[in-house]
Amino acid sequence: MTRRRFSRDRHGRIRPGLEDPERDLLRMLPQQARELVDHDDPSAKRLFPVAYTDDDAAQADYHEMMGGSLLDHHHHALDILVSTIDENTIDIDDLNGWLGAVEVLRLLLGTQLDVSEDFSEIDPGDPRVDQFTVYQYLSMLQNEIVDTLAEALPRDGTSS
Amino acid sequence: MTGPGTEVQPVEVDAPEGGEDVRPDRPWQVIVWNDPINLMSYVTFVFQKLFGYSRDKATKLMLDVHHKGRAVVSSGPRERAELDVFRLHEHGLWATMERSG
Repeated sequence: MTRRRFSRDRHGRIRPGLEDPERDLLRMLPQQARELVDHDDPSAKRLFPVAYTDDDAAQADYHEMMGGSLLDHHHHALDILVSTIDENTIDIDDLNGWLGAVEVLRLLLGTQLDVSEDFSEIDPGDPRVDQFTVYQYLSMLQNEIVDTLAEALPRDGTSS
Repeated sequence: MTGPGTEVQPVEVDAPEGGEDVRPDRPWQVIVWNDPINLMSYVTFVFQKLFGYSRDKATKLMLDVHHKGRAVVSSGPRERAELDVFRLHEHGLWATMERSG
């Protein structure tokens, strides 16, 4: 049975049980991500999806109106991760920030690796093997964050 | 698996006699497309969080996205649909919007 990284303390705060190498990685990756996002790297394209596929004018308006907010949102999530990575406990809002940051990192890395649906292993001699290991780690981390956050959601929802 | 840009081309339709269809009452649909990066657990969680859907409904929508390639996750007036698309984009999902046919 694998150890769960996120536990609750008696005040309901979340205790991220990360090892030092994990913290180091999660401090470093957002810096690299900001470089890619701020310089319109092709791998950041997936962070800014097209809303209107068959109406160029509407899409241009959408991008004009929302693009900046979307960029801010992604930056904010990365900032939360970096600024709280060494805290002993974090709250739900922080963990939502972590989730957003891990999502940004997975989208960038997944795009760089050009992953497909059945991309579950990689040849040990492949030069991308380190990137792939990080991608798999982030997938596992995101699943654990989702499990932790989902516990706080009403199972029956609030709307139909 | 790919998204709307390569997998589904917009259907070309000749404009009907009498000009453009301007019926204002046709709602907009928000569509989430399958993509190879987002995790199934994450997509389900985002549907629950953003739309207040039950775990069961969110899971069904996620499976539709996964197996059928796309699912309509909400619909309504244009402004509302655009806000939903934006919130899905904030969460990294591949969402588009279109007039319901």
